[in-house]
Amino acid sequence: MTPVIDMRGVSRTFDGPSPVHALRDVDLTIEAGEYVTVVGPSGSGKSTFLNLVGLLDTPTGGTYLIDGIDPADMGERHRSALRGDRIGFVFQSFHLIGHRSALDNTRLSMVYTGVPRAERTARARTALRRVGLSHREHALAATLSGGERQRVAIARALAARPSLLLCDEPTGNLDSTTAASVLSLLDELHADGITLLVVTHDTGVAARGQRTVIIRDGCLSEGSRRCPAAPGPGPPRTGFRCATSCPKPPPACSPVPAGRR
Amino acid sequence: MLARPGRTALTGLGTVIGITVFVATLGLASTAAGQIGDRFDAMTATEVTVTDQSNVDDLPGGVEPGLGEDPEKAAMAVNGVTAAGSYFVPDIREPGGESAQGSLLPPGPPGTEPAGVSVDVLAVSPGYFDAVHARLAHGRVFDSFHEENTQPVAVLGRAAAHRIGLNGVEHRPTLFVGRHPFTVIGIVEDVERHPATLASVMVPRSSAMETWGAPEPGMGENTLIVDTRMGAAQQVGDEIRVALRPDHPAALQVQVPPDPRTLRDGIDNDLTGLFMALAVVCLGVGALGIANTTLVSVIERVPEIGLRRAMGARRSQIAAQFLTESAGSGFVGGMVGAALGAGTVVVVSLFQGWGPLLDPRTIAAAPLIGAGVGLVAGAYPAWRAARTEPAQALRS
Repeated sequence: MTPVIDMRGVSRTFDGPSPVHALRDVDLTIEAGEYVTVVGPSGSGKSTFLNLVGLLDTPTGGTYLIDGIDPADMGERHRSALRGDRIGFVFQSFHLIGHRSALDNTRLSMVYTGVPRAERTARARTALRRVGLSHREHALAATLSGGERQRVAIARALAARPSLLLCDEPTGNLDSTTAASVLSLLDELHADGITLLVVTHDTGVAARGQRTVIIRDGCLSEGSRRCPAAPGPGPPRTGFRCATSCPKPPPACSPVPAGRR
Repeated sequence: MLARPGRTALTGLGTVIGITVFVATLGLASTAAGQIGDRFDAMTATEVTVTDQSNVDDLPGGVEPGLGEDPEKAAMAVNGVTAAGSYFVPDIREPGGESAQGSLLPPGPPGTEPAGVSVDVLAVSPGYFDAVHARLAHGRVFDSFHEENTQPVAVLGRAAAHRIGLNGVEHRPTLFVGRHPFTVIGIVEDVERHPATLASVMVPRSSAMETWGAPEPGMGENTLIVDTRMGAAQQVGDEIRVALRPDHPAALQVQVPPDPRTLRDGIDNDLTGLFMALAVVCLGVGALGIANTTLVSVIERVPEIGLRRAMGARRSQIAAQFLTESAGSGFVGGMVGAALGAGTVVVVSLFQGWGPLLDPRTIAAAPLIGAGVGLVAGAYPAWRAARTEPAQALRS
């Protein structure tokens, strides 16, 4: 089966007086249904990696296939369409439109992907039910709590039925209790078969995934670690428990030879 | 856009003001022009005046100045003429050099104070009374019999009769103009043109010429007043020169009323041009307002733009969204402005006592103009919005 994400030697260099090699020679494969977390300190290239995966940016080297499709030579128009179809974004700061209802916000992800108007509402309702917010569908986003907002954001991403749910620090703006409930929701979605890629700097969050990859200085190292606990519904697992049961090997970021990108 | 009525209203305010001025000025221009047209006097519009004022030295040899033989008859032969009458002011100074006095009694012996009052004397042809639309208070006017037979009769204007103290003509009173007696046969109550008539003593031309001498030709003393049918004045003015003086039409000076349509159109164009410039300036200010508000809105909504791009929106769709919003607020502003402008025209007309005139096409076009202004004003902000990089927009 075609992997959802297939990166081969992907790099991203920002031109300038002194070119910045934000990402170097990244290889990463994510199969359908996987729950992968990406960790790394600030300035490590996480954001660049996220933008590349999310088709918000194009690599300067290597190949990147999403569902076997190469967006490299696509025009802006087709890349936008591919992004809307395949990627569901969940942001740290939620990015809801405050003066719109939860339902409206959820529907937004289908506005640009050609879903018929009548179907959007039905799918948005289903998605809101899935995240447990059916009772809040007419509430304005600005009146929702942080946890509720992130759930709406997740519902919005789910409603478009993406190949990949791309979460950028999904619990970064939440308190620990709400964060735990959002992480449980992600676990449930994983159990439902959703492919998840969560970018975080929180090792606790990172430990919830089946696999964790580490970015440091623009290099991505894949630790082939798996939590022994089976993914799926069950008692909430704390990141700490998972992390202790899966000790991380040291990151293996080999120095890149000069001149190689 | 609908979710934020306050902002939409503010955004559209510039257009509202611009369109209000646009509609109001157009409406007021047409209303004012309509008034000018209405006030344009029907009497003025049907009056043609012919004088023999021309420089005698300019005339070629052998050409006589003057209105020609029997100007009344010649004028009446022109199609569209309903009445024609000539008059001149006779030189009635007495040998002593003093101007003549009109009185009901003969003046006293030379050296004594005349017992009368001073009035003007007009030598008029019988057609004159019809030409000025004279209405009689007493008696009658003189006719061609008096003219042809040099009868010493007089018709008084109402004011002249009042000054002399004459209330009726039943007893055929005799009026002395200087030392010359005239029998008063009528008093004119009112005229519709040449109001000097009312303060004058009118005598037949032949009598005046016999008493005081003929008018000096070419000095503009001989004037023909021609009453035409409505709308015929221009044409009559063209033809009457030739009718009166086929030998030398240029000897005459013809005054025709300005063509009312030309006059109205001229005023319309002048005013409308001025007001249109004003309205365009206002629309420009409105457009700047929309552009500014939309630009602020774009900057404020950068995260939303980033989000929409992440959700698969193309650049063109983002641009279209902002263009739609600015055009929409322009459209709404245009509608509100059209209503306010029409209201302004009505209110101003109410206070001025005018009949409001407003072309419905102006009202119909206003929202479209507003939308167009909004579209133009939204172009730059929309371009900015479309250019927004989603990756950076989402970071905020």
